Amino acid sequence: MPLGLYGSEVSSRFLLGTARYPSPAMLEEAIREAGVDIVTVSLRRESLGIDGTQKGSGQAFWSLIRETGARILPNTAGCHSVREAVTTAHMAREVMGTNWIKLEVIADDMALNPDVFGLVEAARILTEEGFSVFPYTTADLGVGERLLQAGCQVLMPWAAPIGSGQGLSDINALKAYRQHFATTTLIIDAGIGRPSQAADAMEMGYDAVLLNSAVARAGDPVLMARAFALAIEAGRAAYKADPIEPYLGAMPSSPLTGMASLS
Amino acid sequence: MSRQHEILPSIGIIGGGVAGLVTAISLQDAGYDVHLYEKTEGLGKETCSWFAGGMIAPWCERDGADDLVRDRGVESLSWWAHHYDGVQQQGSLVLSAARDRSEILRFSRRTQQHETIDEARIAALEPALAGRFREGLFYPKESHLDPRFALPALEQHFLKAGGAVKRGYEVVADELKEDIIVDCRGFAARDDLPRLRGVRGEMIRIHSAEVNFTRPVRLLHPRQPVYIVPRAHGVLMVGATSIESDSHAPVTVRSAYDLLEAVQRLHPALGEANIIEVSAGVRPAYPDNLPDIEQKGRVIYANGLYRHGFLLSPWCARKVVELIGKQEGKAA
Repeated sequence: MPLGLYGSEVSSRFLLGTARYPSPAMLEEAIREAGVDIVTVSLRRESLGIDGTQKGSGQAFWSLIRETGARILPNTAGCHSVREAVTTAHMAREVMGTNWIKLEVIADDMALNPDVFGLVEAARILTEEGFSVFPYTTADLGVGERLLQAGCQVLMPWAAPIGSGQGLSDINALKAYRQHFATTTLIIDAGIGRPSQAADAMEMGYDAVLLNSAVARAGDPVLMARAFALAIEAGRAAYKADPIEPYLGAMPSSPLTGMASLS
Repeated sequence: MSRQHEILPSIGIIGGGVAGLVTAISLQDAGYDVHLYEKTEGLGKETCSWFAGGMIAPWCERDGADDLVRDRGVESLSWWAHHYDGVQQQGSLVLSAARDRSEILRFSRRTQQHETIDEARIAALEPALAGRFREGLFYPKESHLDPRFALPALEQHFLKAGGAVKRGYEVVADELKEDIIVDCRGFAARDDLPRLRGVRGEMIRIHSAEVNFTRPVRLLHPRQPVYIVPRAHGVLMVGATSIESDSHAPVTVRSAYDLLEAVQRLHPALGEANIIEVSAGVRPAYPDNLPDIEQKGRVIYANGLYRHGFLLSPWCARKVVELIGKQEGKAA
């Protein structure tokens, strides 16, 4: 079943970031190899450099991303205030021609944790302006509720700090989050390091996974993109197949009744 | 030289940066009559090679790049040693703060030709860093040079061996009389090479009376890895950012902060160093960030050296020589 996002449907549940690859060609190959439908692009210095006075100076990289054919989810990475994030979203809509926005309002520059108060406020402003907001948030239920009230139809809790590769650092919180927002589209955003962690999140019922560094900084980004695509697909299938519950003690896998009598 | 100029095609090279000069000398070595055309009056900040680190580091550069950067870069160690006597064969050093140890582990797995060294060995190699780092990687075969001395020296070498240099005006390939033209203009050739893009790099030069190094030091960091290359007379070159932009605008506060913060982390005494230069340049790159040779009529484009001008220009030049060698009969 395809994944529904603000009225659009995509088949891949693997959303990929576009920063810090050895080359744009390798990014393009990773997108192709993993069958990724949505890529997230920063408007800030890491990629397009189109803020400030040098508009258009990152056009070449932007063209290369567009040529991949993937749907663009612009992000507000590096924004520290509501105003900055809203302005960046406006710029993204103008430059990239989409009302989708992955909303990041960063609290601390070292921890890169979301400023959840600013996030909710920016989400409300942008939703009222007609944006489809994909908020990068924590696994806090109360904040999730506020984001839904602000008009978000998708929530993107972190697994661990951005770029850390720590995986699902609070697995119980993420399980509770999935249970609480049973009918909301949930995407794990940030902190994933290995495909097994992505598979775990998908087995728990998360709808999709978004990551960047785990692929971009791998020794072979293209092969790692493929590994993540397989893991995400496997995790999703396992979730739908309804896995068995763990049981204390052994359970014979061969039937014990009706054994042939050999004496 | 046994080969005769009369039977070989004449070659005109456009662009006097590292790509142009290395190509000119490599063709001259192969016996060709070579003329170099450069639009600027003297070597300087209009050439992106001017801002380069000048590290001949095929193994270290493999990190965050393609295997081919290493494979194609190894030959440059001997090329530079043969053509420029200012090459410093001191190896290179890779360090990280204790909390970023995972970066050293990753770097060590990804690269070859290194030794893991301890605190005592680091202090023996770079006394200024004694007691500051517990663990590092040493790449004994790598070398470095100062582009601002190496480029003029190459030009002199080229002139002495009978080459001709015409500076100070811009030329167009069509107007040149040579049989074969090699276009080494870097990002200036963008209009002829639609796949070429600019990647902005920013660097800072500082002068310290207290702290100096013998070899390039790379300080790994998950966010902004920085390298510091020693120059003559207490000058250190700090580089370099890599931003997907072809803007020549002055260095941003953010980039300067990132570079300088790393410098002070490497050694607090560098906080007292004087900033003597802050510059930005635009590197030419193809989508795979690897150099490429492409021919259109009698014009051969050698471009896309990206971050690896000094490391990969000998490979690139050899490919140009081979390509011209195959066409000798036709062109002459």
